[in-house]
Amino acid sequence: MTSAPKSNDIARPDNEDAAGQYLTFMLAGEEYGLEILRVQEIKGWDKTTAIPNTPDYVLGVLNLRGAVVPIIDLRKRFDLPETAYGTTTVVIVVRMQHEDQERTVGLVVDAVAEVYRLDTNSIQPPPEMGLTAHTEFVAGLATVDEKMVILLAVDKLIDFTEMTPKESVEKDLAATG
Amino acid sequence: MESARERTLAIDLEEITGVFIDESLEGLDVMEEGLLNLDVGAADPETMNSIFRAAHSIKGGGATFGFPDISEFAHELETLLDEMRQGERPVTNEAVDLTLKSVDCLRNMIRGLASGESAQGEADTLKEALAAMIAQKPEDTVPADAPSTSEPTRRIVGWTIDFVPHPIMFASGNDPIRIIEALAALGSLDTECRGVDALDFASMNPEHCALSWHMTLDGDIEKSVIEDVFAWVDDDCELQLTAIEEDVAAPAVATTEQAAPSPEPAPAAATAQTPTTAPPKLKAAPKPASTSESTSIRVNIDKVDDLINLVGELVITQSMLSRFNDDFEVGQLEALREGLAQLERNTRDLQESVMAIRMLPISFAFARFPRLVRDTSNALGKKVDLRLSGETTELDKTVLEKIGDPLVHLVRNSLDHGLETSEDRIAAGKPELGVLELSAYHEGGNIVIQVIDDGGGINQEKVLSKARERGLVGADEQLSPERINNLIFMPGFSKVDEVSDLSGRGVGMDVVRRNIADLGGNVSVKSQTGIGSTFTIRLPLTLAILDGQLVRVGDQSYIIPLVSIIETIQTTKSKVSRIANESELFRLRDDYLPILRLHDVFNIQPDSTDIDDGLLVIAEANGQRVGVFVDDLQEQQQVVIKSLESNFRQTQGISGATILGDGTVALIVDVPGLITLFYQLNGRQHIHNAAVA
Repeated sequence: MTSAPKSNDIARPDNEDAAGQYLTFMLAGEEYGLEILRVQEIKGWDKTTAIPNTPDYVLGVLNLRGAVVPIIDLRKRFDLPETAYGTTTVVIVVRMQHEDQERTVGLVVDAVAEVYRLDTNSIQPPPEMGLTAHTEFVAGLATVDEKMVILLAVDKLIDFTEMTPKESVEKDLAATG
Repeated sequence: MESARERTLAIDLEEITGVFIDESLEGLDVMEEGLLNLDVGAADPETMNSIFRAAHSIKGGGATFGFPDISEFAHELETLLDEMRQGERPVTNEAVDLTLKSVDCLRNMIRGLASGESAQGEADTLKEALAAMIAQKPEDTVPADAPSTSEPTRRIVGWTIDFVPHPIMFASGNDPIRIIEALAALGSLDTECRGVDALDFASMNPEHCALSWHMTLDGDIEKSVIEDVFAWVDDDCELQLTAIEEDVAAPAVATTEQAAPSPEPAPAAATAQTPTTAPPKLKAAPKPASTSESTSIRVNIDKVDDLINLVGELVITQSMLSRFNDDFEVGQLEALREGLAQLERNTRDLQESVMAIRMLPISFAFARFPRLVRDTSNALGKKVDLRLSGETTELDKTVLEKIGDPLVHLVRNSLDHGLETSEDRIAAGKPELGVLELSAYHEGGNIVIQVIDDGGGINQEKVLSKARERGLVGADEQLSPERINNLIFMPGFSKVDEVSDLSGRGVGMDVVRRNIADLGGNVSVKSQTGIGSTFTIRLPLTLAILDGQLVRVGDQSYIIPLVSIIETIQTTKSKVSRIANESELFRLRDDYLPILRLHDVFNIQPDSTDIDDGLLVIAEANGQRVGVFVDDLQEQQQVVIKSLESNFRQTQGISGATILGDGTVALIVDVPGLITLFYQLNGRQHIHNAAVA
C-alpha cells in the first residue's frame, strides 16, 4: 500500500515520456501489452498463500514489502493451458483502479518482453469476437514490427465482487438443473 | 498575495472553530458531570464554579467565533447558573433538570455547527424556559429566612467599579480604554484613574499596565451586563463591583412585587415548559449518532515525553550500530549482537508507546452513563444505583468509539428489562434500590467490560417459548440454560411484546452482538432467575494487533484469534459420531459439538483426514461452539493485522492477513464467519444431495 504512491511519485517526473509506453510480456506465445504507468515493479515468482474459496485464477496473496497483494495467474485467467513456472516466469505488479480505490495486484506471466512507444492512432479497437472470447480484457490491438500486440484493460482483469457461498449454491443448483 | 492570505486566514478560522467545538463539547461534559454530582439543596461551591466557568467560556467562544445563537443561549444558562453559584437561587431538582436539558441542547447546537443541522427550535423553547425560571424571583421560592428579605425594598441605581488590571494585561491583547468605552455606553460613567502619580517614567516597562480605575456607573444595570464587559479580562484583573442601592420606602411596592410572581403559578409555568421541550428533544436524540467520528486525539503529555525519550534511545542505538559499518572485524561480533538486541528492545518499546497514544481510558465511554441511567430510571420510575469500576482501563480509541452504542443498548436493556420496579423488588425481598454495575478490566490481551444488574434475571421459559414462536428453535429441541440465555442475541428475537421507547427500538440484541463482533470481540450473558444478569463483553485491546494461535493444515498456516479459542484437544474416532452420514459430532464432556474440518471448508489438501491424527481446536463465536479440525498447532504469537480488502476483497471466513517472521503471508481466521460458512456449506451439501436425488 505504502509503496504504491511512492513509486507513483517516482514515475511523475517523466510522465510525459512514459505516456504512450507499453510494457509487453509473453503468455502462451502471444505478446500482451500493459500501460507502463500502471506497472509498479517486476519481481520473481514466489510462493503464495492461498485464499480459500476464490476463483482458481487467484493464486493467493504475497507479502510485498508489508502489503498483502493478491496474485493472479493470467494463463488461468485467460483459460490458456497451464505450464510449470520456469526461470523466466515473473510477477508484474500493477496498480488497478476499482470503485475509486487503487489496488495493487500481481500478474503471473511467462516472461517480460519489450517496452514500446505506441502512437494512439496505431491502436485499433478490439474486434467483435462473440461471447466466447475474453474480449472484455482487451483494450485494443497494436502492430509492432509486423507482430500483433494485445493491449490489456488492466482494471478488468480481476473480479473484486465477491461471490457469496449462497450465490454459488444457487449457481450450483442452476447448473445441476 | 492578498487572496493567499485570505485563504490561510479562512483555513485557520476553520481550524479554530474545530478547536472551539472540541473544547465546548468537553466543557459540556464537565457541566454534565458536575450537575449530576450536585447535591440538591447543598451544592458544593467548587462544583458550581466549574459548571459556571464551562458555560461562561462557551458563551465567550460562541460570541468570538460568530455563533450568536450559542452565545445567547449560553448567556441565559450562565445567568441561571450564576444565581445558583452566588447562592441567590437554591439548587432545586427543577433547576438541575432544566440545566441538564440546556446542556443537551447546547451540545446539539454545537454539533450542529459541524454537521450543519440546526437545533434552533429546541433552543428557543428551552431559552424561554430558562428565561421563565430566571424571571421567577428566587427569593419567592426560598423560605423567608434569607437575609435578602429587605432587598425588594431596595433598588439598584448604579455601580461602583474598581478595576485593577494586572501588569501583564496588554499581553493578552486587551485594552482598558475599550472596556471603559463599553461601560460608558451602558450609562453615565465617572472615571478616576489611579496610579498616575506613582509612575516613574525612567524605570517603567511600557508593556505593563501600571494604572487602575475607580468608576461610578449610574443606571439600573444588571450585574451580568457589566460582568460581560469584563468577560475577556476576568483572569487578568482585580474587579470589584458594588451596587449603589436606594431605599424604596413604600412597603406597598414590596408587597405588590412579591405578589406579582406568586410562588404557585411560577413553578407551574416552569413545569408547563417541560412537556413542550420534550418532543424536540426526542427528535434530537438520534442526531448524536450521525455526527462524524472525531479525527483528532488529545494525548497525555507524559506519553509524548515517553515517545521522545524512546526515539532518543533509538537514535543512540542507531549511531552505535553505524560504527560497525566503517570497519567491521569479527571480534566485534558480540558487540554487534548486543547492539541488535538493544535495537530490538527499542523498537518494541517504541511500538508499545505508539500504540499507547491511541489508548484512552474507558471512562470516556462510561462518562455518559450516570446521566443516561438517571434519565432512564426516572422515566421508568425505578430506583437505580449505578456503580462504575475500572474507569481507568485503557483501550484503543477506535474500539472505544465503537463500543459506546452497544454499551448504551446493554445498559438500557438492563434498566428496562433487567431491574424490577421498586414494588416488585420489595415483594421479592430485595432492597428497593437496584444496582447496575459497569466494570472494565484487562484480562490477557483483552479488555473485559461487564454490565451487571441485580434484577430478575432472564426468564428462560419466556425466552424459549418466544424463540419457538419465532421459529428460531425447533419445537422439540432441548437447549442448555446457557444456550437459552444466548438466544436473546439471535437475529429476529425481540424480548418485549410491545415496543417500548427505551430498549425496544426494534434494534435487537443481535445488533449489539454484531457490532461487538465487528470489533473482533464477543458478548455473552449469564443469568440467574431472581438474582440478576451479567453481560460480558470481551474485546481486543487494539484493532491493529491480535493475539493469535498459528495452526497448520497441509502446507498452509492460519491464525485463529486466541480470544475465540476455548481449548485444544486430541480426540479419537470412538468419540465421534456421524448423523445421517453427514455432520460429524464429538463428545466434549457433557456436550456434543460439531466438527468443522478446516480443509473441507477452505478446500485445501490436509496431511490427514483421520480424526486421530489431527487436533481439534474448540472455538466459540456467538454462543456456538465447534471443534475446528487442523493438522497441527504451531506457536502462539502477536500478529499485526493487514487488510485483505485494501488490495483484494472480503473473503468469508477470513478477517485479514498478517506477515509472519519468515516474510510469508498467513490468513487470519474469522471464527464467526467460518462457522456461518460451515453451516452454509453443510446446507449446500443437503440441497445438493436433495437436488441430485
